[in-house]
Order: sequence, then C-alpha cells, then structure tokens
Amino acid sequence: MNTLVSRFTSSSSTELKALDSRDPDYGENEASDITWGSLGGFGNLGLNGIPSFNIPTVPDPTAFLRLHTDDAADSSCRIKIQHGTTTLAFRFQGGVIVAVDSRATAGSYIASGTVKKVIEINPHLLGTMAGGAADCQFWETYLGSQCRIYELRNRERISVAAASKYLSNLVYSYKGMGLSMGTMICGWDKTGPAIFYVDSDGTRLKGDVFSVGSGSTFAYGVLDQGYRWDLTDEEAQELGRRSIYAAGHRDAFSGNTCNLYHVKEDGWKFIGNYDITKLHYEGSQGAAYGYDQRTQ
Amino acid sequence: MSHYTRTQSQQHPTQRQFNPYTENGGTILAIAGADFSVIAGDTRQSEGYSIQTRYAPKVFKLTDKAVLAVNGFAADGNMFVKKVKQRLEWYRHAHSKDMPLRSIARLIQTMLYAQRFFPYYVYNILGGIEEDGTGAVYSFDPVGSYEREACRAAGSAQSLVQPFLDNQIYFKNQTPVLGTSHPTHLPLRHVVQLVIDSFTSATERHIEVGDGVELYIILARGRGTQGLDSFKDVQELTPHAEGERLFVLRRELKKD
Repeated sequence: MNTLVSRFTSSSSTELKALDSRDPDYGENEASDITWGSLGGFGNLGLNGIPSFNIPTVPDPTAFLRLHTDDAADSSCRIKIQHGTTTLAFRFQGGVIVAVDSRATAGSYIASGTVKKVIEINPHLLGTMAGGAADCQFWETYLGSQCRIYELRNRERISVAAASKYLSNLVYSYKGMGLSMGTMICGWDKTGPAIFYVDSDGTRLKGDVFSVGSGSTFAYGVLDQGYRWDLTDEEAQELGRRSIYAAGHRDAFSGNTCNLYHVKEDGWKFIGNYDITKLHYEGSQGAAYGYDQRTQ
Repeated sequence: MSHYTRTQSQQHPTQRQFNPYTENGGTILAIAGADFSVIAGDTRQSEGYSIQTRYAPKVFKLTDKAVLAVNGFAADGNMFVKKVKQRLEWYRHAHSKDMPLRSIARLIQTMLYAQRFFPYYVYNILGGIEEDGTGAVYSFDPVGSYEREACRAAGSAQSLVQPFLDNQIYFKNQTPVLGTSHPTHLPLRHVVQLVIDSFTSATERHIEVGDGVELYIILARGRGTQGLDSFKDVQELTPHAEGERLFVLRRELKKD
C-alpha cells in the first residue's frame, strides 16, 4: 500500500534509501508489484530513478564490504569478485575497433576463460568490461534500458556522449561505495564514430585510443606503434587482435581468447573469437605472432 | 615515573568486526548437453574441520525445467533459493506459466546485485532447458555477473574438478586422432558417469567433499530416457512424461 501511495506522490525522498530489514516496510517493499511487474528485473531501482540497495547496518558499510570482498588487500577474504583484464578500443577512418580478452581471475585462480567482456548495449552501442564483472554487466545492461527509453521519448537514438555521461553520472553517485569499473562506451552517432572512457571514480574522457585493465600497458605498446587514422578495416582489425595477443602473452591476468568487434555507421558487427595460444603459434592469417624460445 | 603493569587488554587492543559469513564447504557442478542438463552437488555441510551434517542438499528444483545449485555460506544459500522460488511463484500467478530459463538467469543476476553492498556469500549455478529445447548452464559470481556455459564447477573442490571437466568436456589439451574431430556434445550416459567420477575423485582429495552426491537430470521436451536407463535408483520428479522431465539420482560417497 505504501508503495502504491509513494508511486503517485512527487515528494518522495531523494536520498539513497537503505533497505533496512528492521524497517517495518521492508517486507512490503520487497513483495510490492515493482519487484515482479513490468519493471521486473530493475524493480529495486525504483520508479523515480533513485535506486535502493540493501546495506549492512554497521557504522561503516564501505569498510564492511571491503573487508569481505577486497582480495587485493587481503587474499583470504571470502567473496572474491572477478578481476583482471585487457580491453582496448580505437577510432579510425573506418569506424571503431573494440577488442578484449576473455580471462576472469579470482586471486590467482583462472575462474573463467570464456568471459564476454564486450557488452552489447544496443545495436549501435558497445561497452567494455574491466574491474568488477557484475558492476559492468549490471550497469551497462541498465544503461541499455535507459537508452531505449531515451529513444522512445525523443524519437532519435541517444548520442555516445549522452549515453556515456548517463553512466558516468550514475557511477559517480555511488562514489566511494566500492563500485569498480573501467569501461569504454563505443558507438556511432550523428557526429560519427566515438569512444568515451568512463570509470567508477567518475572520470569521463573522449578520445581516439584507449586501453583499460591490468594488461593495458602491453596493449598500448603494440597499439601506439601501429596506429594511424587511415588504417584500412583489415589493418585495424589485425591491430586490435595483435594488441590483445601482446597483453595476453605478457600479462598473467589476461589471456585465453580475444573477442573482436567493429563498429560502423550501421551498427556494430562481431568479427570473431581468436584463441591467443593459436595466435601465438599460427597467427590469424599466415604468420605466427610468437617467436621460438631459445633453450640452448 | 611510577611503574605499573598494564592489563592484557591494554597491551593488545582488540578490534571487533561484524562478520556475518562462514564457509560451509562442498562442491557443485553442472554440465549441459544438446537436449539435457545435469546439475549435481555433494551433501556434506561442514564448518572448519567439523562436519555439521552429512545430508544438506545444495541442489534445488525451481521449476520442471530449471534447477539451481548453491555453494558457499549455507544460510545465505538457503535463503537465496527460498527467495528465488517465491519470485518464480509470483511469476506463475501473474503469467500462468513457468519463467523461461534465461529469464530466471537474469532474475538471479538482479537479485544478487540488489545485495551489491551486503553480498550473499553464494556461488550459484543454474541448469535446465532453454525455450528452444537446448540444455543450458548459467554460472554466477556472488554479486551477479553471469555467463552461459557448457560446464562449470564451483565450491571448495572447484580447482580439482574444473580442469578435469575442461579436459573431458571441452577436450582441452587433447588432439583428435588424424581425420577425426572431437564431439561437440556428449551423450547423457557419458556425462552422468563423468559427474559421478568427478565427485568420487574430489572426495578422495578434498576434506570438505563427501558423504553423498545428488544429481538432477533434466531432459528436454520429447526426449526419451535413453542414456538414463542403465543407472539404477533413478527417481522421476515430474508427474507426467509430456513436457520437460526431471530426474534425481543419488549416490553414496566416502564418509571419512
């Protein structure tokens, strides 16, 4: 009942509301129609755009979260959030190339070698995933719904600048609470191809060449060496692939396979999935990327 | 300067922290086939070096075509399964049908992410049959990132079982005989054997795994029981043969 009333009142509170299990409305909030009706999945995010999350009732919730989830500070922490990545994107004459690896690590264990680190926000927008896997996956799909709402309201597609700003404002509102994401929002809008780097600190940068993650230094090395604006489509795709290979080869937290996307005027296209070990021994078209190890 | 002895607590200031989590051991595992899915978990529940119970199920039937396995902190796991089941019941009342598997997967993501700042300490594996009749496995991290896979092990013996599965399911580091290729999907009988072998082996080498194993087998609509007939004591959980069929197979594991 309370939820029904608050739906139609404009003066709902604007602060981030913690769902307190001791709050008498707690059960009702959870069982209300917004959790399973047409808002289905994002019901907890509320109708007024003010999300609510369950927060532990301790003096410092952020310290609590860090204690149990930050494996960089304490490897014996219980909840290991997946980390470690190489992602890159660059703009050139023929559009945008997006290339990522597919390894997820929890401590030193390779939790998965088949992660999809490119998030298909909609047919014209791609997002990349570095940092917390769940943070990127959840907020970038949420961004997808918001972009669709923008389209329905304004009868035109959202620009890459606006979409990325929506995301950066959103993560900025959670600053200091422990979100971890470093993402590139890539797409093609009426201004042409565009890339924005957005991270959980609130940084938002427009640029031509970006690489994010633990293997980014290795990827940048190859990328900067081979980058030109007038690269052909094939050359650009090969550069993306070769850069991810370099990172997979030298960074222990990156590897397994490379996923390659190309964004053009009519939307993004998935180019392929390439095994990094295979690239080392056989290359992608003829010559192997790797070299022989001297043992004598 | 006067000399005095400090009390124990003054010498070592103690810091207290709110710790609502514990680790209850055990392992879960799921493998997807072309038109079936197998989800399994051992039944031992432990805390530290002591066994709390030898029968605490970790695998739960959600619908006729979806089974959820939970591992990590048992209290969180049981609560989470309870809440997922409740949401599926609401869905059934609202839409007069069972929620499709891919939607259950997304539901689980949002339910886990709602606890982003106070996570459930639970690793989830969801198995079942997709709307197109294919077998599917979805695996999750504690805060909701998920992926559809062909096979996944989680829990304390994850690092023992997963490499075995990579080799036997994905044929990693195996070269096919010249002129042949590796099969993309394995037959049901073979998969069930692999799962049982995974658990007997994990029991041999991991102290938190043992006592018993429960395998849930979901068959796609219209698929016969071929591959399942050679196992004895297979119990059917679905009342009729039309639609997806769900079976459970229980096996004893070593108890030491």
